[in-house]
Amino acid sequence: MDACHLKEPSATYRVEDALRAQRPAFIPYLMAGDPDLETTEAMVRALAIAGAAAVELGVPYGDPLADGPTIAAAGQRALANGVTLRDVLTLAGRLGREIPVVLFTYFNPVYRHGIEAFARDAAAAGAAGAIVPDLSLEEIDPLCEALARNGLAMPLLVAPTTTRERAVRIAERASGFIYVVSRLGVTGAGSAPDAEPLRKQITMLRDVTTKALAVGFGISTADQVRAIAPLVDGFIVGSALIDAYAGARGKEAVERVERLSASLR
Amino acid sequence: MKPDARGYFGAFGGRFVPEVLAYALDELERAVAEAFEDGRFWSEYRELLATYVGRPAPLYRARRFETGGVPLVVKREDLNHTGSHKINNTLGQAMLAQRMGKRRVIAETGAGQHGVAAATVGAKFGFPVDVYMGARDVERQAPNVALMRLLGATVHSVSSGTQTLKDATNEAFRVWAAEVEESLSFIGSVVGAHPYPYMVREFQRVIGDEAREQCAREYGRLPSDVVACVGGGSNAIGIFTAFLDSGGVRLWGVEAAGEGIESGRTAASLGAGSIGVLHGSRSYVLQSAEGQVLETHSISAGLDYPGVGPEHAYLKESGRVSYVSVRDGEALESFFDFARAEGIVPALESAHALAFARSISRERGGGDLVLVNLSGRGDKDLAHVGRLSS
Repeated sequence: MDACHLKEPSATYRVEDALRAQRPAFIPYLMAGDPDLETTEAMVRALAIAGAAAVELGVPYGDPLADGPTIAAAGQRALANGVTLRDVLTLAGRLGREIPVVLFTYFNPVYRHGIEAFARDAAAAGAAGAIVPDLSLEEIDPLCEALARNGLAMPLLVAPTTTRERAVRIAERASGFIYVVSRLGVTGAGSAPDAEPLRKQITMLRDVTTKALAVGFGISTADQVRAIAPLVDGFIVGSALIDAYAGARGKEAVERVERLSASLR
Repeated sequence: MKPDARGYFGAFGGRFVPEVLAYALDELERAVAEAFEDGRFWSEYRELLATYVGRPAPLYRARRFETGGVPLVVKREDLNHTGSHKINNTLGQAMLAQRMGKRRVIAETGAGQHGVAAATVGAKFGFPVDVYMGARDVERQAPNVALMRLLGATVHSVSSGTQTLKDATNEAFRVWAAEVEESLSFIGSVVGAHPYPYMVREFQRVIGDEAREQCAREYGRLPSDVVACVGGGSNAIGIFTAFLDSGGVRLWGVEAAGEGIESGRTAASLGAGSIGVLHGSRSYVLQSAEGQVLETHSISAGLDYPGVGPEHAYLKESGRVSYVSVRDGEALESFFDFARAEGIVPALESAHALAFARSISRERGGGDLVLVNLSGRGDKDLAHVGRLSS
């Protein structure tokens, strides 16, 4: 049973198909508006041309509990640029025809915008889905259903501490893909995934679901990608990309993320 | 009342956390349910409150501070070991950590009172304690930082964001996510994800349970008014809980207006905020139209927080508790007045409650009795007050 799929979830299939089309699929994460909206747009375009399957577009938030210092600082810079949820939706609209755009946002900006309005506006803008890392399984219903009604995917996270019983319930509700958190802690390139526990967690997930699996948190090198690739459908890289373009903007920033992206594949 | 199965007080509370913490909260919820049903847990807790904390905390009538004809009595939480009500909670959480087999403790702190109380029980129970404190608070509350270090805790200065309690709390969440299997996070107020608001209340309700009995025994009646300051709201919930079902007792939560509710430089989440999600639960939050949490201001580090416990949001909506606010200047005036009239230096947080209590006691008469929670002592504030006055 999949309670959140109340209607034909077109964008959901779009995200999942994109992940299945290449193996492993590369999903970059960029913070919208860091260093500026134009550079973010150019970087996403370049990554799409370079073969990224989908992009996670971060909505800047001042209190990002699931993020380490790199993404938290990128969010602060975007906020200092005055970037709001509406700006990110507009950017998603400009990119949505070229690559599936999954918004990555904390819950409070969504709640303030209005859950129904957020789902409607994200769909109208052309986004393909939304990831909300601080929305526990127990709290997802209203947003999950609103996104599904609007044909949008809602990938959900599975952590190293997630039990099998809980993973079953998460897998039932997730759409687009399941975001497998590679290790304890927050996002950031600082420490590598825990190989053995991760392998076990992925085996358990394959046992409970046929949905696509994408691994994220701490992935920053080609060696890590090679080690993980055979196990999963996709991998997510965020902090390492942000570190790569740090201090640059425009063409220089685009070239740097292209280089990192090429080195990872 | 108990929150519902999902941790809600009416429309407020819940559990809004990254998936990695769901396991820890489930584990804590089970441990709390078991311990709270265990008579031995409570008898050990009460024994420690008596011999280690120094409870019961007396009621004291502030005869020279009171202005009207009605008695203004204060509940002396300032006399507790470590100088505030915070120890009631950290002692209970340390006993839980021990039952759960946890080996380390994480704590966030604003004024440093919770940090000191956590460091204290860490020393007593033999847990290493890591305290996260905003860089600005580390500066404002230097004596407490020294005290935590003396007690063996490691104090981490958090320089992200606003460098106060909000960011210290963010950091404590992040660190907990990384060491969730071996650590328990001690939350210092009735905030956070379920079961924290409920658990912390149960450890703090001893304040009101004692005060209710003391009022009956010493004054032969229930108070007409109960007044407490509200930041996250643990001392207030602690004293209110015993009186919630006594409809004739007026309950007053006093927030920090800062420079004024309308000034934009305030910490009155219930008075000036709107409904949102912060640090794991739905409650009132000082936030922008876009849902970004705002920078707050209060003279008192312990009240300088953009959120408030979800049970307070519920009590506000139900109308059972009236929430008001007191400005920096009024609190500071009561701080000095109380020290000079009674020879007791109140914490700047508690001075907000004293200021409001004095103002309503002028309007009371007959058999009225105004009870104030003197939640902590003000030694920690001396340097800060000195800087403000010079």
